[in-house]
Amino acid sequence: MRVLPVGEDALLVEVSTGDEAQALHAELLRRRAEGSLPAGEIVPAARTVLLDGVTEPGRLAAELAALRLPPVPARAAETVEIPVRYDGPDLADVAAHWGVPVREVARVHAAAEFRVAFCGFAPGFGYLTGLPSHYDVPRRPTPRTAVPAGSVALAGPYTGVYPRSSPGGWRLIGTTDLTLWDPARVPAALLSPGTRVRFVPVPATGRAA
Amino acid sequence: MTDRALAVVRAGALTTVQDRGRPGHAHLGVPRSGALDGPAAALANRLVGNAPDAAVLETTLDGCSVRPRSTVTMAVTGAPCPVTVDGRPAAWGAPVRVRAGSVLEAGAVVRGVRSYVAVSGGIAVEPVLGSRSTDLLSGLGPAPLTAGAVLPLGPPREGHAGVDVAPQPAPPAELVLRVTTGPRDDWFTPEAVRLFTSRTYHVSPASNRIGLRTAGPALERVRRGELPSEGMVLGAVQVPPDGTPVVFLADHPTTGGYPVIAVVHRADLPAAAQAPPGTPVRFVAVRRRRGPGACGSRRLRT
Repeated sequence: MRVLPVGEDALLVEVSTGDEAQALHAELLRRRAEGSLPAGEIVPAARTVLLDGVTEPGRLAAELAALRLPPVPARAAETVEIPVRYDGPDLADVAAHWGVPVREVARVHAAAEFRVAFCGFAPGFGYLTGLPSHYDVPRRPTPRTAVPAGSVALAGPYTGVYPRSSPGGWRLIGTTDLTLWDPARVPAALLSPGTRVRFVPVPATGRAA
Repeated sequence: MTDRALAVVRAGALTTVQDRGRPGHAHLGVPRSGALDGPAAALANRLVGNAPDAAVLETTLDGCSVRPRSTVTMAVTGAPCPVTVDGRPAAWGAPVRVRAGSVLEAGAVVRGVRSYVAVSGGIAVEPVLGSRSTDLLSGLGPAPLTAGAVLPLGPPREGHAGVDVAPQPAPPAELVLRVTTGPRDDWFTPEAVRLFTSRTYHVSPASNRIGLRTAGPALERVRRGELPSEGMVLGAVQVPPDGTPVVFLADHPTTGGYPVIAVVHRADLPAAAQAPPGTPVRFVAVRRRRGPGACGSRRLRT
């Protein structure tokens, strides 16, 4: 684990794997909740956790450098189920990358248990991990100018669900009717870092229950 | 209280509602947003007797004009500009009484970029995640002003702030930004780090509320490939593949994959918000204050 100072009052804690980043994030949240870690923002990402708005960054850095990471708590958060119609325009592409028949994509994807590693790109957009690494797929060579809200998509090791229509280069495998992001709702984001997620297939013509 | 409202007569190039933003949601991908020149916005509020977190209007280069539906106190701060009420000159940087139905105009800036227009009672649009700020990156908060739009105003506070005029820093002819290097300065050649902190850059016209873009010597990397996305702070100096530094301002994305060579001191960012395209920019490396047990072993090159 490396602790890099960022400006006057932030630290970037770098680890070597996504799993370690998730474990570190959970541990830092626990410390903040118990009052031993004053930080304005705790922002997990692929291999790092950013602590922004910390008092005494020097002292905290020394403390973190000595931190031994406990494993990610097994069932800290409840599992969010996302009903999906596996009807995305890139299903055949993804099947080709995976080397499986098209109908297998839904089965493989829905069998995995996902975890929100981090959020970014847009409010409420979660980067979900959980597929074995041989299912990684590259982004589309040319991004789409508009991806519809609710699109379930893959890129690299991640699955994401577009909270609203936006440009995007991920490969679209399905659609959900759930509202991922609603600032008037509490909580606004259906998915936040650490949330466990399962995708539940629903018939392409049906509606989510 | 239906006349507690402000009608937009001329929206200007880009006028948004801003308060102190919505920090604390970066982990959900929500930018902090908020007035780019925080001290100017706070002063405008103080001049009209508002709390410092009341929402004001932030204009861009050519001001705006508005018509309150009830008599209010208004103040224009930030980038200096001519102020008129119904065409008659009024004070900049001071409280101005504006009668119901009169039009206050903040004109094109004389210097700087962003003027702040405060109204007694504050702009009272519905808050989103605790803030009324317009976030131009993710579209949260009210849309930028358009002519004919009507904005609700809050109830004015009892009593007056007792401030008549207040000194304000003039927008700088040259922008000097203090930086601490890192966290990813090791992605650049030592020569690039030296160029970055010794040569003059210029503010690019592509700058906006997301970032102050610059033109100048390209910074060469020693490491190829992509950096996995990581959390970004306000003032981060990100270097995209074209090699020219971008200083992240309030609407910056919460994560990013380009390496951050340095971070600008928080206190220098209001000046960055007032630097028009073409302004010379110098990044000056400042040694990080070290306490007992301070981290890192990196040295600044000077």
